[in-house]
Amino acid sequence: MRLTTEEEAMLAGKEGPAAAKAMEILFALGEIYGAEQLVPVVSVQVAGVSYGNLGQAGLDFLCEWADQGARVVVPATLNPAGMDLKAWQEMGIPEDYARRQLEIIGAYQAMGVTINCSCTPYLAGNVPEFGQHVAWSESSAVSYANSVLGARTNREGGPSALAAAITGRTPAYGLHLERNRQAGLVVEVNCRLTSAADYSALGYIVGQTAKDRVPYFRFNSGPQPGLDELKALGAAMAASGAVALYHVEGVTPEARSRDVLAGGAAIVAIESAEEGYRALDGTSQAVDLVWIGCPHASLAEIEHAADQLHGRHLEAELWVTTAREVLDAATARGLTSRIEACGGRVVADACLIGAPLGEMGIGAVATNSSKAAFYLRNHSHLQVRFGTLAQCIEAALKGKWPV
Amino acid sequence: MKLRGRVIRKGYAQGEALVSHQPIGFFGGVDPETGVIVESGHELEGESVSRRILVFPTGKGSTVGSYTLYRLHRKGLAPAGIINSQSEAVVAVGAIIAEIPMVDCIDISRLETGDTVSIEDNTVEVTPRGAAR
Repeated sequence: MRLTTEEEAMLAGKEGPAAAKAMEILFALGEIYGAEQLVPVVSVQVAGVSYGNLGQAGLDFLCEWADQGARVVVPATLNPAGMDLKAWQEMGIPEDYARRQLEIIGAYQAMGVTINCSCTPYLAGNVPEFGQHVAWSESSAVSYANSVLGARTNREGGPSALAAAITGRTPAYGLHLERNRQAGLVVEVNCRLTSAADYSALGYIVGQTAKDRVPYFRFNSGPQPGLDELKALGAAMAASGAVALYHVEGVTPEARSRDVLAGGAAIVAIESAEEGYRALDGTSQAVDLVWIGCPHASLAEIEHAADQLHGRHLEAELWVTTAREVLDAATARGLTSRIEACGGRVVADACLIGAPLGEMGIGAVATNSSKAAFYLRNHSHLQVRFGTLAQCIEAALKGKWPV
Repeated sequence: MKLRGRVIRKGYAQGEALVSHQPIGFFGGVDPETGVIVESGHELEGESVSRRILVFPTGKGSTVGSYTLYRLHRKGLAPAGIINSQSEAVVAVGAIIAEIPMVDCIDISRLETGDTVSIEDNTVEVTPRGAAR
């Protein structure tokens, strides 16, 4: 890999030890993955925020890097934390957890990262344009940036994303190069999908099939997916597989701007999304908590939840997780108070993966996201129900899964 | 015996080789408080990576594994050096932030647990176990 004079100087420590370490990380990754050069990035999304995932090791490292003088030079936003940074007490978060979580946030703040904790930065002001290079972590956001916005990013880990923010650069390999953005798998969807959960279930199936291929969807039945459906589809494929880019014929920008189908692409036909529900839906009758907002809910999705509640009183907990900016918009439109009046909660900043749910007495969770279901089952060892928003709201009203 | 590879993190290290033929995932696979490999069923389960020259084909698993290496470094329990056949991002980033000399593109079939190994930038020098020094 070739570095410019300026990059060489940074590697040699001319801009301090923190920038040198960042450049060392990017140089090593560029060598490993065969990049020829670094490219400038317009924004960064940093993963590795919740204390539950990062642990003490990650906290120590972030503090040391910040103390060495690490500062970001391009706009950088954060992944969700393990709690609402303001209303964590109301959530029932243990104090010790909260203290460490706030230390992590403090380290990022010292580096100049925007404290906007969300897995949907594109709904909260960090919106790259078509063709721009970015360095994002958080697999669902990576998928959205590449596929729905047409920006270009690999799936970064926390430290490599932060290194990109400190240097303003990322090694040009993988999805930064047009030749790696061709689709190798055509997915003919022949059934009619009617909810974001249906797209999430479909994504779970396709993510497992796609392996390292870029999927190219044709929705042959019914309406084309909107932004919320694309968000659900991409998040699911990035969780069940390693899909960081997909195209939808006639819908996503790259598929509309050039021929993205590689010669000899394989074809699969999907006749039903049922298999995706079956793979993740558990058997627990009782539901303690209903979680909407994985990835973080859009304003439209919050409104949808409020409409379905219809002012009725909830038996189970209902949490709608979202970006702080979207929460503020929902509050301004009266949606937050409508959900709270029923006994539900709209939570900013947080992801429930990495939140101390066990310590909070939660045993069974229902969700309309296959990604949430997948991680709750595998990492948090909770009982999980996976269904549509309508089923989830019904479960929140009754405290048990609808038959 | 001298082998040449590619520098992932420069530096000098010396120690006793601990060789795995299976990939190693540090997050969940190595105890960050003790340096002991805890992945159930791993060929090195129960072995400590601390102060050894850790030799394995490649890394695997969560990106949080980079921080496990950093934690071991802070506790003085990190491997002295790392040798891979083909490096990947998690271990490479971990070696850099934990300041562990690391080299890859090495034919690891030529190393055995118990060999005395030194790493100097891209060069690996192996004194087989039991060989006259």
